[in-house]
Formats: sequence, C-alpha cells, structure tokens
Amino acid sequence: MTDTTQSRTTASTLARLLDSDIAWNFRHSWTARISSVLILILFAAALFAPMLATQNPYDISQLLLLDSELPPAWVEGGDPRYLLGTDEQARDVYSSILYGLRLSLIVGFASVALAAVVGISLGLLGGFVGGMVDGAIMRVADILLSFPAILVALLVNGIARGVLPPDRHADAAIWVLILAIGLTNWVQYARTVRGSTMVERQKEYVQAARINGVSGMGIMMNHILPNVLGPVLVIATINLGMAVLTEATLSFLGVGMPATQPSLGTLIRIGNEYLFSGIWWVVIFPSVVLVALVLAVNLLGDWLRDALNPKLR
Amino acid sequence: MFGFLIRRIIQSVFVMLAVALIAFMMFRFMGDPVNSMVAENATTEERDAVRERLGLDQPIWIQYGRFVARAAIGDFGLSWRNARPVSTLLAERFPATAELVLVAAGLSLAIGIPLGILTALRPNSISTQVLQLMSLVGISLPTFVTGILLILVFSVWLGWLPSFGRGTVVDVGWWSTGFLTLSGLKALILPSVMLCLFQLTLIMRLVRAEMMEVLRTDYIKFAKARGLTNRSIHFRHALKNTLIPVITIFGLQLGGLIAFAIITETVFQWPGMGALFIQAVSFGDVPVMAAYLVLVSLIFVIINTTVDLLYAVLDPRLRVEGARAAH
Amino acid sequence: MALLSVENLTVAFPGRRGSVNAIEDVSLSISPGEILGMVGESGAGKSMTGAAIIGLIEPPGRIVKGGILLEGQRIDTLRPEEMRRIRGRRIGAIFQDPLTSLNPVLTVGEQLIETIQTHLRLSKAEARERAIDWLRRVGIPAPEARIDTYPHQYSGGMRQRVVIALALCAEPRLVIADEPTTALDVSVQAQIIALLRKLARETGVAVILVTHDMGVIAETADRVAVMYAGRIVEVGPVAEVLTAPRHPYTRGLMASIPRIGARPDVLPQIEGAMPRPDARPGGCAFAPRCPHRMDICGHTRPDLNGGATLSVACHLTEEVPA
Repeated sequence: MTDTTQSRTTASTLARLLDSDIAWNFRHSWTARISSVLILILFAAALFAPMLATQNPYDISQLLLLDSELPPAWVEGGDPRYLLGTDEQARDVYSSILYGLRLSLIVGFASVALAAVVGISLGLLGGFVGGMVDGAIMRVADILLSFPAILVALLVNGIARGVLPPDRHADAAIWVLILAIGLTNWVQYARTVRGSTMVERQKEYVQAARINGVSGMGIMMNHILPNVLGPVLVIATINLGMAVLTEATLSFLGVGMPATQPSLGTLIRIGNEYLFSGIWWVVIFPSVVLVALVLAVNLLGDWLRDALNPKLR
Repeated sequence: MFGFLIRRIIQSVFVMLAVALIAFMMFRFMGDPVNSMVAENATTEERDAVRERLGLDQPIWIQYGRFVARAAIGDFGLSWRNARPVSTLLAERFPATAELVLVAAGLSLAIGIPLGILTALRPNSISTQVLQLMSLVGISLPTFVTGILLILVFSVWLGWLPSFGRGTVVDVGWWSTGFLTLSGLKALILPSVMLCLFQLTLIMRLVRAEMMEVLRTDYIKFAKARGLTNRSIHFRHALKNTLIPVITIFGLQLGGLIAFAIITETVFQWPGMGALFIQAVSFGDVPVMAAYLVLVSLIFVIINTTVDLLYAVLDPRLRVEGARAAH
Repeated sequence: MALLSVENLTVAFPGRRGSVNAIEDVSLSISPGEILGMVGESGAGKSMTGAAIIGLIEPPGRIVKGGILLEGQRIDTLRPEEMRRIRGRRIGAIFQDPLTSLNPVLTVGEQLIETIQTHLRLSKAEARERAIDWLRRVGIPAPEARIDTYPHQYSGGMRQRVVIALALCAEPRLVIADEPTTALDVSVQAQIIALLRKLARETGVAVILVTHDMGVIAETADRVAVMYAGRIVEVGPVAEVLTAPRHPYTRGLMASIPRIGARPDVLPQIEGAMPRPDARPGGCAFAPRCPHRMDICGHTRPDLNGGATLSVACHLTEEVPA
C-alpha cells in the first residue's frame, strides 16, 4: 500500500518535472544544454580518470625521463603516445589533467557540501532560536561577507598550516583546502535558510506545537527544507564554480594541493615556472580545462537561478 | 551628517576590534610564543620567567588589551621566518602594492564606466554585443590564467614587456615608486592590466545595468518631454543617478583589488604585501599574517566609511540637514 | 486655424503575433486656449494619443497611419532633433506621478533653469529670474529660497506644482496633462486642477487633459473626447456631452458617476470589460457590452461623424445626425 503510493508519487513527480517550466526552459536554452553537456563530459572524465589516462602520473616508475618536455602530438617533435605533450618530469599532460580535474572536483564538491551543511544548520539555528544567537551568527556572516572570499580562504588555510606541523602539510592539504573553502562560503546558505525559517516560524502549526509544549523544530524542518531546496541548489551550483576557482587559485599560489598530488591549479603553477622555456603546453591545457569547467558551471548556475526563481536575481 | 559620521566611526572601531581579536587568537593559540623566545633545553622556571615577562600569565582580556594597544602603534613583533620587525617588512612592501592597486583601480574606472555607458545607450549595436560577450569571458577567466596568457603573449612571444618585478624604482622618502622611470612604468603595465580586467568587466556591467534602469525612469521621460538635449539627458540627468550606486560597489571592490593583488603579485613576482602574505601563509608565519590581516582590514574599513560619506554627500536625499528643512 | 490637429492617427506595436493597434483612426483638434478633456478607461488609448502628439511613443511602437499638425506644420514626420526642439518649447507635458517625475539629484532650480535655457536664449541669471517667477506663479511659497532645494524636500502637491512650472516655463502653446492629479491626495487634486485652469486662462495655453475622472472634466474642460478601445467614440462640448450623452458607452460612463442627492443602492455599471488591443471584435468594439446592440454593430465599425461641434461613432445615431 505504502509502496504503491510511494511509487505513484515518484512517477507523478517525474512527470510533473518533465512537464514543468524548468524542463521547458532547459530545452529552449542553448547555454543550459551546452554547459550541461560540457559538465557531464568533464565529470565523466574525472570519474573515470584511471581508465582514460594513458599513465598514472603519480607513479614515478611509469615515467620515462627520456620523454620529458615533449610538445603535443600534432606539433613537430611530438610523440603520438603523449597527446598533449609531457612536462619536465616526462609526465603525460593529458593524464595529469585527468587526475588534476578529479582532485579539483573532489575539493570543489566536498567544500560545497561542507558550506551547505554549516550554512543550513546555522541558518536553521539562527532563524529558529532568534535573539542573541541569531544576532551573533548574522554579525559573523556580515563581517565574513565584507572580506573577499579568497582572503578568508587564505587566512583559514594559513591558520591550519600554522597549527599543523610542517611535515604534515602535504598530506593534510586536501582537508585544509576543503575546510578553508567550505568555511568561506556558508553565508549565503545561512541567509536563505534563516529567511525561510523565520517565515515558517510564524505559521500556525508551529505556534500550536509550541503551545502544546512540542518542539516545533522537527515539524518545521520538514516544511522548510523542501522550500529552500531550490535556492540552495542554485547557490550550490554557483558555489561549485567559485569553489573550484578558489581551489585552483590557492593551489596556484602554492598554498593548496602540493606538487606530488597536483590539482588543475597546481599543474598551472608548475607549468607557469617553465613558461619561459617556451613549453607552453604544460600551462595552457590545464588552464583551458579549468576555464571550461568554471565557465560551464557558472553558465548552468546562472540559467538555474533564472529558471528556478526569477525573484532571486 | 555629524551623527552619521560618529555612528560609522563607532561601527568601524568595533569591526577593527573583532579583526584584532582574530589576529590575537592566532598569536595566542597557534604555536607557543615562548618556544621561539627560549633555548630548546630551557627549564620550566626559565620558561615561566619568559611567560611572565611576555605577560602570558595575565588574564586573557588583559593580554588582548595589550595586543590591541601594541597593534594600534603598529607593533606586531618579529617575523617568525626572518626575525625582522613585521612593521618594517610591511612598510617596505606597501608602496609596491599601493601603486599596483591604484593604477588598476584607475584603469578599471576609466575604461569600465565609458564602456558601460556606451553599451547602455546602444543596447542593440554590434559593439555592445561583442563587449557583452567579452565581459562574460572576462568574468569567468581565473585571474591567474589571464596573467599567464598576458606573460605568454607580451613577454615570451612578443618580448615587449617585462614579466616580473617592478623595474627600476626611485626612493621618495620611505616610499619607493616605480612611476618615475621608464622601466618602472613598463613593469607596471601587465600586472595592472591583469588586476584591472576582472574589475573592469564588473564595473562595465554594473554601469550598464544601472544606466538602463535609470533611462527607464519617469524623470528621464519627463526630461525628454521637456525637449532637453540627449547629451544633457544622458550625461547630466542619467549619469549622476547611475554613478551614485556605482561608487558604493566600487568601494567594496577596491577591497577585492587589494585581495586579488595577492595573485597578481605572485604571477608577476611583484614585491608587494600580497607576496609577503603568501609566504607567511605557506610558512605559518603568524605575526606577518596577523599584521597583514589588521592592515588590510583597516584599509577596508577606511574605504567603506569614505564611500558611505561620499554617498551621503552625493545623494541629496541622504543629506541629513537637508531632510530636516523639508516640507 | 486649429492649434493642433490629429488626423486618422493609428499607432501600432509590432508583436510576435502580428501588429497590434494601440490607437486607431484617432482624429481630434484643439484651438488656442482651449481645454480638451480626454476620458476613458485605462488602456483606452488616452495616454498613447498624448505620447504620439509629443513624439515619445515607446519603441517598437510607431505611427502607421495618419498625421499630426501643429499650427499647420506636420510634426510626426520630423527628424528627432527637430521634434526635440518642439517638445517643451511648443508642446509641454505634465505626467501623472510628481514623486517620480523630478530628477532626485538635481535641485528644482537646476531643472527649471536648464529647461528654460534649452529653449530660450537667456543668460543664466535671466533664466533663474524666470524660474523663480514660475515657481511663484504655480504657488510655491518663498520661491527665492525653495529654488535651490531638492525635489524630496517638497510635498507631493508642491512637487506637482513644480512639474507644472517645468512644463510651462518655456511657454509652449499646448500642454498635455496626463492624469495630473491621479497620484495626489484628494484634497490636493482640486488645488492642482484650479491652478491648471488659472494658468491656462492667464497664458492662453491650450490643454489636453487626460483623465478618467469625469468630475475633473466637468469642472475644467471646454470640450471632451471619450475614448474606448483605442478609438474616439464621442467628442463635443462638455455641457452637451455630459448632459446629453449620445454614445451608449458615454451614457454608461455618466450613469456610473455617483451623484449627491440621488442615492441608489447599487451604482449602475457597464457589464463586462473593455477588450484588450489584440482582441477587439470586428465591428463596433463596444458592441459586446452595448445594451442597444443591433445586427450591424457586430460586423461594421461605425465612423465618427456628426455636426459642427459634436460627433459620435455609433450606428444608433447615424440615422438622426445631431
């Protein structure tokens, strides 16, 4: 009984979704379609990196030093085994990009998840409890927002590095990055959720629950979370672009992923050091992939924002 | 107006105290400062003596008070990395960053505002569509990628412009300036272009959006109905209303420029505060990080307060003494 | 000679589903010093007619038929720069909302002086004198001091007085007042209407007074044109039209005005609603709501015709011309 009801609701939800404005909007927006195709390709490339790569760039035994600094295959002197050329350690640029993309996306998704969890929790807390707690959360949010995100991320990063012993920096880098980027970006979630919570709190069922001595919090959550799902999804998408960019920037600055575990930003930093030897391919290809990823995510985020809620603009 | 000023200053002081608290906590809880003051085999008594001398046995709020007092006169102690006074390090680096940021800010305003107006006044022309597309790309390009492309094209391939450093600088008092030599000016071109590009696209889009909004208002329609010239309608009636909100955003963005200067300085090995800060972050050099944080926050707070005051001066609706005379 | 005459004017807006006429075949004329009221529901085309006359139709709308003559000169075909010189100088305009009609960041004086200097060859000092004089004429107290203050320092009624001064300060021969009192408090409305009437008498300026308030028309106008669904359905001297309306729509409009003394429980209303511009019926646009509908009304559009002073567009009156 419950099962059939469940499946029927799922089916009707799906039908509604396909019939909705969003779906219509998606079919009629070429930016949305192109960017989502690009995102799917890049996600797949990251997911199946070990299968798609021609070598494991972390495995020193697979590197043939003789093949170092080879240009892309179609350029004179290029080697067909290395499609996009090799770097100074004979790492295949194509394979490094796949692995780097993987790391960039892992950091991106994890930090977005962290920011969403922190933001939604603080937003619920502030909106529900109100008073001093709410005031304190929102003041912190205000101050955080008045500083550029990159600076806050750098600072959290610096503090983490100060606390950790230097020999642990490389291993902990990925966690430090997730923490730094996640803690920078929670404010928007918190504001959105707090707003919805405050509206919901005024509603009768919460008042009734309070009078009856029942905590309204549990019931409220069930009402609030579906309401904020759309805006949170939009924020998360736009945030993913920002998070990937911040990670790349930090890694480029030399305070992100170490050279032993290069993300796209690290690859660009390493390539940048060899720019003057005329080895442009080591820096250009990871840059192109990074730009494509960020651009696609941003375009999709923009489209989603307009499609889901024109008022959010 | 005066009351408004006082309120803003009090607010700013609170923000600065909060920032100082963060800086203080960094000092207090990251590593034990005593370790850097005593020999490795020091006895507990020796350590306690140092602790007492540094005031670390005092209640925490007294320590915080002392920290604020020392910070107020610019004393952040010695860098953990090279044992020089942090204030000296920052003072050496400040002119490089200031010149870079000011030139970039000037460029982004000088180019962004006219382009924004142009695209607002001719929304359907080809040049507008090209500019809109370029600004979309400009916003999505990571700044360091822009910088690398600039170096690749103008330094590596064309060999026209230097790709690192400030060129020859001239000392004017304690300020070292790159404005006075040809090599200094040439060295400034690529970094300031890289730094201004993102800002420029933001300003262009903002001016365009504001201007188009203003051009739809009733008072512009009424100005047209009175037969005023297009020049007056666009540049006297519309522009002033457009630029007031732009000033606010620009003030906030100026802070962004200082932050993004960190990246520019890394790409171009520009000897500014941002490069110093990055070194401090990678070494966990707390005094430099804390001092940079406090200094940059101070600059932010000053900019924001100035912007608010400017806003009040420019927008007659916010002039308090004016409002009192109303009706 | 008429000061302004509009002949068979049609303004069309091209849209996705073909072109839509905002006003159709509108003809009217106004003599120097005359006050012509224009009434009708929102969307009837009153404001569009006004916008067409001062040459400020929002794109993509444009005049597709007919023409506008000002003192015998065709003005709807002028180049933009020539039309600009006419706006403010020969045709003024007063808009509905005084709160948004004035530029908030320029003083009242700056806006007046600029308007005066745009059209008249006067020095800054002379223009300022004139501006102060106009503020006095529209009833702003202490104009020498108020001239250097900003619009937000004026109340709504005072701002509308400033708007009137701005519209008249270059001494146009015609002013189009588009719902000049709608946004104001009821107590202020009468003052503004009285001011307009006084200034029209003093300066001899002709006024096209666009409103949906029959009371204002009755008090102020010499003649009235009633618009419905983009067309003029009845035009004539106020006394005649108001006391003996010929067109069923005008009759309905008159009947729905509450009168002191007569206290019906329910105000008579015209059934139904005015059709949207893209959904007008083939014949008379009022036919679906008309109590005297005839067969001919469903397929043939009545022309506006009648005598020397009064014209009606209705098949009912065609047999017996006034």
